[in-house]
Amino acid sequence: MKRHVLHPLWVALGVLGLILFARLLMVPDDFGVHGDSFTYNFYRLGSVEDWKNFPVKYQGTDTCVECHKDNSRTHRRSPHKKVQCENCHGPAGNHPDDVEYLPLNKERSMCLRCHADLGYPASTARSNLPAIVDRHHKRRRECVSCHNPHDPREDVE
Amino acid sequence: MSCSRRDFLKDAAGAAFVSSLPLSAFVVLTTDEAKAAVANATVRWGYLVDTNKCTGCGMCVKACKNENEIPYDAPVTRTWVERYVVTKDGTTHIDSPNGGRDGFTSDKIRDEEIDPDTIAKAFFVPKLCNQCDNPACVQVCPVGATYKTEDGVVLIDREWCIGCGYCIMACPYGVRFFHPEHKVADKCNFCYHRITKGMMPACVESCAFGARRLANLRDPDDPVTKIITTERVAVLKDEYGTKPHVFYLGLDNNVR
Repeated sequence: MKRHVLHPLWVALGVLGLILFARLLMVPDDFGVHGDSFTYNFYRLGSVEDWKNFPVKYQGTDTCVECHKDNSRTHRRSPHKKVQCENCHGPAGNHPDDVEYLPLNKERSMCLRCHADLGYPASTARSNLPAIVDRHHKRRRECVSCHNPHDPREDVE
Repeated sequence: MSCSRRDFLKDAAGAAFVSSLPLSAFVVLTTDEAKAAVANATVRWGYLVDTNKCTGCGMCVKACKNENEIPYDAPVTRTWVERYVVTKDGTTHIDSPNGGRDGFTSDKIRDEEIDPDTIAKAFFVPKLCNQCDNPACVQVCPVGATYKTEDGVVLIDREWCIGCGYCIMACPYGVRFFHPEHKVADKCNFCYHRITKGMMPACVESCAFGARRLANLRDPDDPVTKIITTERVAVLKDEYGTKPHVFYLGLDNNVR
């Protein structure tokens, strides 16, 4: 057999070799099967750490209570006690280290999330909350100008 | 009987090998050692949604978007709340404006007024990734960029995902979307960065009504696991065989 017949074969093998070499360089060492299933556990192990290191923004009411004792005392005794601080005050993030003040949302729409009357039957959880019809109740005023959000049973002085 | 030096050395080496075997090859594990050998068998995350308690305030959606850096005004979200209003004539009205991010403050559904007297039942259903045991999204990924961790959460490797969108098509629950900033597939991961630190997912933390709860299904003393194992729970689209691990209390037939 003449040697030139084999030339395409050498080219093909060379390309294959290059691809394998590139793959060796590009695929991270920790890529592989980590678990009992090739289908579901074939991944880069470092990715799990990447997700674990994702920054936490919502710190939870227990963190807020450490400093904001007055408001938390009122809040803890009120019907709003299960509404966590950051629902209305926004995520704390690294507060107070880098953000001194958290923006407070005082809009009506905030309160209406729970307290808008939708006219649903009593079997709907929503219907068991005190509710108003938005267009019939003090349209132009912020709810918090009359109702104390930390304890809605109290009026604002 | 004669024994050459060569034979003696052979037999001695063989005997030494055999006598060393039982020590290394036949170790009897204690229960704790056996448990440790099965990697991370102490945690399998599950989730319980009590639709009876959901009021549709949408705080969970808002918290999720903030916590997981999902562009707030983009029409994508990792979790959302659906509203179902079933009228007495059998019609079901469904909506989820902005995924329920701003709550449900209007009684109009898709600009349609519904007379309260005609309503038979109304309820809210939170949805999120089901962290399936047989995740269709993982099966179709051509590059191994999405996978199931040992504690049962399906994650996406943002560095490895090529953004082909196969997984978005494959998910029967429609929980996956294309992240507009990272240009990769994205979905709920039970706030993996929080649950691995002993915190609750942002949606669970922000739910004032206890409609959303996280469970460690491998811990029989976990109160939420007790509810899942002893009460009447349902999963979404069971017929797909994906073995979802988000369980629903009070699920209605109209929920799809």
